[in-house]
Amino acid sequence: MIYIPQVIVGKDVRKEFGEFTAVDSVAFSVDEGELFGFLGPNGAGKTTTMRMIQCISPMTSGTLEVFGMDVNSHQREIKFKMGVVPQENNLDPDFTVYENLFVFSRYFDIPENEAKKRVEELLEFVHLEEKRDTMTESLSGGMKRRLVLARALINKPRLLILDEPTVGLDPQSRHLMWDKLKGLKKQGVTIVLTTHYLEEASQLCDRLVIMDNGKILVEGSPRDLIQEHIGPAIVETDKDPNIISCLEAHQANYEVLGEEIQIYTDNPQEITDHLLSECKLKRVTARTATLEDVFLKLTGRKLRE
Amino acid sequence: MDIGMYFKPPELTSGAFKVWRRNKDVFMKNAKLNLLPPFIEPLLYLFAMGFGLGMFIEEIDGVPYAKFIAPALISVSVMYGAFFECSYGSYVRMYYQKTFDAIIATPLSIEDVIIGELLWGATRSTISATLMLPVIALFGLITFPHSLLIIPFAFLAGLLFACLGMCIAAVTPNIMSINYPIMLFITPMFLFSGTFFPLNVLPEIVQYIALAILPLTHVVMIIRALTFGTPGLELLFNLAWIIGVCAIGFVVSVNMMKKRLVV
Repeated sequence: MIYIPQVIVGKDVRKEFGEFTAVDSVAFSVDEGELFGFLGPNGAGKTTTMRMIQCISPMTSGTLEVFGMDVNSHQREIKFKMGVVPQENNLDPDFTVYENLFVFSRYFDIPENEAKKRVEELLEFVHLEEKRDTMTESLSGGMKRRLVLARALINKPRLLILDEPTVGLDPQSRHLMWDKLKGLKKQGVTIVLTTHYLEEASQLCDRLVIMDNGKILVEGSPRDLIQEHIGPAIVETDKDPNIISCLEAHQANYEVLGEEIQIYTDNPQEITDHLLSECKLKRVTARTATLEDVFLKLTGRKLRE
Repeated sequence: MDIGMYFKPPELTSGAFKVWRRNKDVFMKNAKLNLLPPFIEPLLYLFAMGFGLGMFIEEIDGVPYAKFIAPALISVSVMYGAFFECSYGSYVRMYYQKTFDAIIATPLSIEDVIIGELLWGATRSTISATLMLPVIALFGLITFPHSLLIIPFAFLAGLLFACLGMCIAAVTPNIMSINYPIMLFITPMFLFSGTFFPLNVLPEIVQYIALAILPLTHVVMIIRALTFGTPGLELLFNLAWIIGVCAIGFVVSVNMMKKRLVV
């Protein structure tokens, strides 16, 4: 058996804000070299969990270790080995692109010559060489995000934490971000991210958890989760009482979602034919099940604050 | 509510110096603009009040009016330099720019950030005082070498006002509300700390209040004794008051900020 060290281990991790329980005694672990995702609707507790891993928000109770060190007592040591891309681009508006990276390098005690070298490499890595002397305010959204990524890499982190790294980016920038993350993973960097884009999570994550109301609902690889909770395919049709009774009669595995019925199946072709002939379905769409189906099934369709 | 948490001594590390350096770098990027006020302001005040108003006031306690207010101008500039840097300046960096959030994602702690800000606030006061000295000296209003002691003293006094500003940044609900403590505390201090007229013309009770709660009173007394070239042992009382309040303010302001930011 191959031993893979765990980079993050959380047990009974709990965070309360007054009466409100943001993270409700969850357990999770992230292996070295893994790309791990935290998914969940707004207010699920993802960002709070990220902040506890980053050692900037103290836990109410539980244990949380990063690189085998306690987040309560080894904050500096942990933060030396970690890079963070926060939800909000908190670039320093008083500085240029180049200065943002260089000033950040000082916080990690990187010697000046080494820092200058790394800044050059990172500017190239995120394609911002030509913007080096631009103040950060005049960068586009995608450029800002890339600069935040570059900044998170200045200390050559072994663990990279990204809170909604691609939010608000155009498809080009998003794909570029994905490429960069895949590249970093190849170099052995452990990556933990949160995202609202389920397609992104499917593409990138080796393993993920879906959180809701401060609890972890499920954990697994995207493929396993889809297989386990939905099956390989979904047949969709319009909501109609006749169809529902027909499906009931056939004991089909279905769910009514708004104005739509979804039938979960591992043989969409057969089911579609069957339904078309026997249940007199009008509009039928068969498609592959996605992580989004799992997400909505588990967390419901109700809007979140 | 545990009051004791506000008096927990913060840990001082080299991280604070890195934050100080960040602020210094930003300041130096606009050095021309930032360094101009300490030259211009004393000139304006001296012409308007020292020589304008001073036409009607022959002498105060046996000294010409311009000479009387020269140390007050330095003291006020020490107060404003650090106070505004650590109230408005720190609040903007904390709330609007999210600079503190970015820095605490690195090995630096929130204590490093706040201490770095306080030290930078004190540095701004020192810069102001240092630049004002030669301007005022041109008018022959200050005595050397005593007045050179104002430079290190400005750092101590500046640190006190930096801590005051930081306490306000720690509790203010929004940037506009910083106006309240300015109106209710800073402006009265500007006027009633023995700055533009001697403290002893005020009712005795007001004099005691000024000595008890207005830091600027003590700062003016020390700087005035230095510019007059007549420092005496009684200044040790003022110095002790400033050091004491500064030490308390330092610890309390760091903890107040921690309470606001560590959630």
